Amino acid sequence: MKGAAGIALWALYRRNRLAVFGLAVVVVVVGLALITPFLPLPDPDLTDLANRLKPPLSAGAPLGTDHLGRDILARLMWGTRVSLAVGIVATLVAALFGSTIGIVAGYRGGRIDNLLMRGIDMLMAFPYMLLALTIVAVLGPGLMNALFAIAIVNIPFFARNVRGVSVGVAAQEFVDAARLSGLGEIRILWSELLPNVMPVIVITMSTTVGWMILETAGLSFLGLGAQPPQADLGSMLGDGRKLMIVAPHMATIPGLVIFVLVMGINLIGDGIRDVLDPRLRSGALTRPSAATAVSPERVPCGAAAAAENALLEVRGLATGFHIGGEVYRAAEDVDLVVRPGECVGIVGESGSGKSVTALSLARLVATPPGRIDGGRVLFHGADLMEAPMAALRAVRGEDIAYVFQDPQTTLHPLIPVGAQIAEAIRAHHALSRAAARSRAIALLEKVGIANAPARAGAYPHQLSGGMRQRIGIAMALANGPELIIADEPTTALDVTVQAQVLRLLDDLRREEDAALLFITHDFGVVSTICDRVLVMYAGRVVEVGTAEAILGEPRHPYTRRLIDCVPRLGDAGQAIDAIPGLPPPANRLPAGCAFAERCERRSLECTRGELPLRPLADGHVVRCHHPIEAGSG
Amino acid sequence: MQAYLVRRLIMTVPVLVGISVIVFLVMALIPGDPARAILGAYATPENLARVRGELGLDKPLVVQYLTWAAHLFEGDLGRSYSLDRPVLDEVLERFGATLILSVAALALCSLFGIVAGVVSAVRQYGWADKVLTLLVLVGISTPSFWLGLLLALLFSVELGWLPASGMFAVYGGGGPLDLLRHLVLPAVTLSVVASGVIARLTRSSMLEVLRQDYVRTARAKGVAEYRVIIAHAFRAAVVNVVPVIGIQAGFVLGGAVYIETVFQWPGVGRMLVGAIATRDILLVQGGVLVVAVFYVLVNLVVDLAQHLLDPRIKA
Repeated sequence: MKGAAGIALWALYRRNRLAVFGLAVVVVVVGLALITPFLPLPDPDLTDLANRLKPPLSAGAPLGTDHLGRDILARLMWGTRVSLAVGIVATLVAALFGSTIGIVAGYRGGRIDNLLMRGIDMLMAFPYMLLALTIVAVLGPGLMNALFAIAIVNIPFFARNVRGVSVGVAAQEFVDAARLSGLGEIRILWSELLPNVMPVIVITMSTTVGWMILETAGLSFLGLGAQPPQADLGSMLGDGRKLMIVAPHMATIPGLVIFVLVMGINLIGDGIRDVLDPRLRSGALTRPSAATAVSPERVPCGAAAAAENALLEVRGLATGFHIGGEVYRAAEDVDLVVRPGECVGIVGESGSGKSVTALSLARLVATPPGRIDGGRVLFHGADLMEAPMAALRAVRGEDIAYVFQDPQTTLHPLIPVGAQIAEAIRAHHALSRAAARSRAIALLEKVGIANAPARAGAYPHQLSGGMRQRIGIAMALANGPELIIADEPTTALDVTVQAQVLRLLDDLRREEDAALLFITHDFGVVSTICDRVLVMYAGRVVEVGTAEAILGEPRHPYTRRLIDCVPRLGDAGQAIDAIPGLPPPANRLPAGCAFAERCERRSLECTRGELPLRPLADGHVVRCHHPIEAGSG
Repeated sequence: MQAYLVRRLIMTVPVLVGISVIVFLVMALIPGDPARAILGAYATPENLARVRGELGLDKPLVVQYLTWAAHLFEGDLGRSYSLDRPVLDEVLERFGATLILSVAALALCSLFGIVAGVVSAVRQYGWADKVLTLLVLVGISTPSFWLGLLLALLFSVELGWLPASGMFAVYGGGGPLDLLRHLVLPAVTLSVVASGVIARLTRSSMLEVLRQDYVRTARAKGVAEYRVIIAHAFRAAVVNVVPVIGIQAGFVLGGAVYIETVFQWPGVGRMLVGAIATRDILLVQGGVLVVAVFYVLVNLVVDLAQHLLDPRIKA
C-alpha cells in the first residue's frame, strides 16, 4: 500500500522535468560529497606557497590553487561536504523544534497556542538575517554556532506551517476518538497528528533547506561561520573575495557550486510541493484569453443570414472543452434566432449547455479549455466568430451586454460600483470622467437604487445581493445595447428579490427596446417574460416553440418531464417525479438522442444515427422520433 | 481609517516591547560572564568590575531590563568599546546608509518583481514566461554575496563603468549623482532574490485573479485588454502582492549585511559584522535594535497600505 502510494507520487513528480533535473543535480553533488574521502585528491589543507594562486587547468591542480597553494578542487569537494552537512543538520534541527512547537500549539490550542505563537511572531518581527547575526553574536563565531543560528531563525516557518495544519487535524473525529479511548497526549501527537502533518513538514523542509545552505555559507563568508583551518563553501568564497582581482577563480568557483546546489534543491522543492500540495501547483492555473479561441477546423455551417430581420442568428454553434486530449461537447449544433425587441428563453438543467451557449455568443468562454468548434454567430449579419479582437470588443458591452448569474463574484470587489458602471460607458464612448460618473448615477437611479450619488461610491460587499444585481443590470444597460444576454440573473438571489429584479430587467429592456436572451432553469420565469423558448439537453437544443406552446403543450418527452418537476401552486395532489437517471457525460455522448436512456418512449432507432430538429405542424420544432402528440395533455 | 491606524499603532507596542526584551536577552544569554565576553582580551579585574557595575549585572534580570529600557528611552544605548563612542551616534550615522541601500533595493525588487510577474502571467507558457520563470529560478537560487562579487568584477574591474566600493568617491565625490553611481551595483544585487520571490507570487496571484468572474465581466463590457490586465486583474492581485513586499523588506534589510560587506557600504550591516568579530556586544545590540524597530515601522506602513487597497478589511 505504502509502496504503491510512493510509486504514484514518483510518477507525479517525474512529470515535472525541471524537478527531475534538479534531483539529478543534487544526487550528483551529494554523491560526490559522499565519495570525496575515497577519491585520490590532494590533502585540502596542504599548503604549498611555491605554487600559490595557480589558475584553473594548471598541471596537477585542475581548478587551480588558492593563496596558500592549496588545491581548490580538493578544498571544494571537502567544503561541499561541510556545507551540505551543516545545511541539512540545520534543517533537521529547525524542523524538529519548529514542528514540535507547531503541533503542540495546534493540538492544545487556547493559551498555550497563544503563548507559543506570540513568541514565534516576536521572532518574525526581526529581519531574518539580523536575528541570525544576533544569535551568532551571543554564541560567538563558529560553524556550529552558525548552524544553530540559522536553525533557530527558520523555526518560525515550520512552527507556523505545521500549526496551521495541526489545528485542522486536531479538530477531526479520529483525534477525539483517540482521546476518548484514553491514549496519552504524547501518543496522540505522535501517532495521530504527526502522520497527518508530515506532508507540510516535508514541504517546508524542501523549501527551506536550500536557504539554510545558502545562509550558513553566508555566515561563513562573513567570517562568522567556519573558522580556519576548517573550510566550507562560504568561507572559501570569503577568502577569495579579498583576492578577487588577482585570482577571480578562488571566489567564483565555490560560489558557482553553492548556486548549482541551491538551484537543484529549489527545483526539488518545487517538485515536491507540486506533488504533495496540488492546490499550489504553479502550472495548474491557466489564464483565460481575451476571447474564446475558434478552432481552425471550424465548419461555418448553415447559410449566412437565413432568417428574416434577425438581430442575432446562431447556426450550428458548437463549443467544446478540450481537456487532456478529451473533448467535452458542452454545446453542439445550436441554432438560435433573436429578433429586435424579442425575448427568447433558453431553458435546461445545469450542465445542459445553456450558459456555455450564452457565453459563446460574445466569445466569453474561457480558453483554455474552451473552444468554438463550429458554427456561426451572426450579429447584424456579421459573423462574430470571425471578427477581429477590436471589432469583437466594440460589440461587447455596446451592442451586446451581459447580466451574469452571481453579482457577488461578477462585480469587481475592489472597485466602487459607480466606477464599474462608468467604465462600461467609457470603454465605448469618449466621455469625461465626470460625465461618465453622472451617467452612472443616472443609471443607478433608473435601476431603483435610492441615494444613488452616495451608493455610487460603495463597494459591492457593502450592498445586498439584490442591489448588486441591480448594479449588474445598470452596467448592462449603460450603452443602450440592442441585445442583453442574461445568464440566470436571479438564481443567486433571495426568492423575495427574484421577482423584483426580474420585473426591473424586463421593464427596462422594453423601455430601451432591447432584445433579451434569457438563460434559466426556471419555467416560472419563462412564462412571465419570454416570447419564445429553446429547451436544451446535453448540449443540444431539443425543442423550440412559443413560450405558450412549450409550457402548455410540450412535445419533447424531456421538456414534459422537466415541466412536471415544477410544483404548481394549489395542486396538493401533484406527484413530483425526479427524472430517473443522469444526463450522459459530455465527453461520451451516445449516438442518436442523448435523452433516450432516460426516456420511456424510446425505440431502437432513438439510439442510432443523427437526430435532426424537425418542424411539427404548429410551428413547434422538436428533436425527437416520438414526440408527444398534440392535445394529449 | 483613523480607527484602524490607532488600533494598529497600539498593536505595535507589544511588538516593540518584545523586540527590546529579545535584544536585551542577548546580553543575559551570553554563556559565562558577559563582562568577560565583552572585554575579551581586556578582561583585567578592574575592567571586569567596572563593566559589571555599568551593566548592573549584580541585580535581578528584571531590574536589569527595566534599567536598560529606561536608558533606552533616553536614547542611551551605552558606549561602544571598540569605537569608544556612544552606540546610538554610531548606529544612527550608519543607519542612513543602510536605509538608502534598502529602500533602493526594495523599490527595484518591487518594480522588477511585479513587472516580471504580470508579464509572465499574461504570457503564460509563452517564451517570455519561460525566460522569466528561468530568471526567477536563477535569481532566488543565487547567493547574493557571490552575485555581488561577479557584478563588481564585470562592471567595475573589467568594464570600469561603475564603482564597486563605498558610498562616495574618495576624491571629488559627494553629490547625489556620485551616490547614485555607487548605489547601482549594491542595490541591484540586493534586489535580485526578492525580485524573484515577488515575481513568483505576482505571477501565481495574477493567474488566480485572471480566472475570476469579474475579469470576465470586464471583458464582457468591452474594456480594452490592457485595462483588463491592469485595472481589473492587477488591481485585485496587488492585495496579495503588497504583504509579500513587506516580508521581503525584512529579507532585504537582513541581506544588506552581505551586500554592505561586499561593496564596502558604510551601513549598519557591515558595522554589525565588525562588532561581532570584535565582541562589541553593545554595538550589536544597538544596531539590531534600530534595524528591528525600523522593520516594525515598515510593517506598519505595509499594513496601512493594505488597508487602503482592500476596502473589505474591516477597520
